[in-house]
Amino acid sequence: MLHLKKSAMAALAVGLLASTSAMAQQRTLTYYADYDPIPLAAMEELIAEFEAANPDIDVVLQNFDHEGYKTAIRNFLTTDAPDLANWYAGNRMAPFVNSGQFMDVSDVWAENGLYDSLGSAAASMTIDGKQWGIPYTYYQWGIYYNKDAYAAAGVDVPSTWEEFVANCEAFDAAGIDCLTTGTSALWPGAGIFDYMNLRTNGYEYHMALTSGEVAWTDQGVRDTFANWAQIQPYITENHAALDWQDAAALLVQGKAANYVMGNFAVGVFKEGGMTNDNLGFMPFPTINPDVARAEEAPTDTIHIPAGATNVEDAKTFLAFIASADAQTKLNAAIGQLPINSGSTVGDDPFIQAGFELLSSTEGGIAQFFDRDAPAEMAKIGMEGFQEFMVLPENLDDILERLEQARQRIYN
Amino acid sequence: MSMTSTQQETQTRSWWRQNQQRITPWLFLAPGLLMFIIYVIWPIFSSFRLSFFEYDGLGEKVWLGLANYQELFSDRAFKTSLRNNVIWLLMYMLAVPAGLFIAIFLNQTVMGIRIYKSLFFFPFVISQVVVGLMFAWFYAPNFGLFYKVIEFFTGKGIAVLADPHLATYGIIAAGLWPQIAYCMILYLTGLNNVAPDQIEAARLDGAKGLKMLWYVVLPQLRPATFIAVVVTVIGALRSFDLVSIMTNGGPFGSTRVLSYYMYEQALSEYGYRMGYGAAIAVVLFAIMMVFISGFIWKMVRDEREGN
Repeated sequence: MLHLKKSAMAALAVGLLASTSAMAQQRTLTYYADYDPIPLAAMEELIAEFEAANPDIDVVLQNFDHEGYKTAIRNFLTTDAPDLANWYAGNRMAPFVNSGQFMDVSDVWAENGLYDSLGSAAASMTIDGKQWGIPYTYYQWGIYYNKDAYAAAGVDVPSTWEEFVANCEAFDAAGIDCLTTGTSALWPGAGIFDYMNLRTNGYEYHMALTSGEVAWTDQGVRDTFANWAQIQPYITENHAALDWQDAAALLVQGKAANYVMGNFAVGVFKEGGMTNDNLGFMPFPTINPDVARAEEAPTDTIHIPAGATNVEDAKTFLAFIASADAQTKLNAAIGQLPINSGSTVGDDPFIQAGFELLSSTEGGIAQFFDRDAPAEMAKIGMEGFQEFMVLPENLDDILERLEQARQRIYN
Repeated sequence: MSMTSTQQETQTRSWWRQNQQRITPWLFLAPGLLMFIIYVIWPIFSSFRLSFFEYDGLGEKVWLGLANYQELFSDRAFKTSLRNNVIWLLMYMLAVPAGLFIAIFLNQTVMGIRIYKSLFFFPFVISQVVVGLMFAWFYAPNFGLFYKVIEFFTGKGIAVLADPHLATYGIIAAGLWPQIAYCMILYLTGLNNVAPDQIEAARLDGAKGLKMLWYVVLPQLRPATFIAVVVTVIGALRSFDLVSIMTNGGPFGSTRVLSYYMYEQALSEYGYRMGYGAAIAVVLFAIMMVFISGFIWKMVRDEREGN
């Protein structure tokens, strides 16, 4: 046993020596990320390709689990910064940009013509007129529905809000939840709010609201909630105790008809036994025909921390990740949408639908409530949305509370 | 010459001799004390300090004075947390009589009593996280056992954790399960030490049932009762794991307790108000100190009386 251990140690030592001597001519590029297994494999493949093209750069990817990463990033940015780090677009990156933890990468955008090719995400990467990272993937939100449930209730897929509400009554009569959600983790409720508000008041108003320029007691917000109240009775009861996957199970079983969700949920629906034949996707129906259609598409991004040591190579890597080819490969593997307009999209019908939806959006693309609004406002807001869906009679109280929070937080 | 040197020697030796009784305990305590100061005392004072600042963990600390505490007074989430902590404290006390009851019930000699005892003790051994998950599934809407049973009898299930009025009680019930087991084991060991001759004497005097329990057994169990109350109070005040596992403080913040609210404000995904979190921690610390100093005062008094 002891002998075995010793020889293993020796082998390890030799291996270490060999690898350090091989790395001697290479420059190390450290990259901290929070990928799930499938995206991780895809990214590792891309990194291998990048290293083959740049033999003098060695990318060391350190992967964290999702939730842990959100806490860890605050620590490592200030103490032991990597050369590259994953994060999110929109207001979610504002704390790091404002405290000088992220590096301005506008030069990467300018030199590689990214204002053109990544144009659809430029706005969400811009703070103070500069770009602070590179977006590499996004995915659409919308309504996923069970075609069998529609058949059981004998109704057609709606195109307007009135039809959607009318359908809800038919679903109710058939004992099916018209709209399902699981708000145990709060954020799924924000998806519904975002769409209600985008469809009622439009993109500009929604952005003004999430950036604190509009009062929560404003008439526009009240209109949004008034529309929401029309479908509130038809939302799955007890959603406050359900995880989003539990609600997905209701949709799969045909106990619920519609689910406002992001495209990542398709995997869960299909694991539950749904196929392209009975799983449908539709854009959130039009409520106010006067506002331009806006959509929700959270964007994932890579940044260079201010404390990075190998900035030159980090910028090379960002330019590589921004390229049409790299984004095509990465997003084909993870089943999401590339941002580069020169990329090609996978032939999955839901990806295709999302691509069509987002590329024809004239109103604007929102990131998601908890990325557009500052963290604290997001938390209080999402609690308010959950409360509204359980106790709609508390609306005045909720809006009053959100308004107080707005006045405190945005100061 | 030689005389003076031996004199000096005896002098130094006698200094150590004279004082070693006093010094030795401190030498033995030093490593523990050092750790206690670094990991307990210092963080307490640094929390106090932090509670006067606004700090997001990244930027500059901004001096606020008492503003964090002022905000606490008008913060409804804080009031909810405080109220829930009181509910926890009151409901958790049920663990003491329930533990006593089970201990008396199990304090008999029949075949396989050890197995029954260990089965009753079992919930205390498993992690709070597991307890929380089990109860969350027990209450779960649509498939949970509790939900199904209620649905069977009344035709409509109750999703305990989705109801803002019931959720806290649902979590406390989950917490009581291991806590009762803890109190039970304290009483079981206490019952072993009840003097048989006193029971015998009481029986000769005709004491039975509740009277026997109240006037003869319980007074002898006072040390066990004291410990049971202490661990239950502290257990109720530091309740965090179950809230975090079962509801995350929801639905819409109705099951928050102070420790969870502190974590939410200071360290969670949407938090990073370190100063505000520290202010909540200071309030929780003050509440705990009321109980802890009471307990310590009683222990010191008992010790003095005992000697």
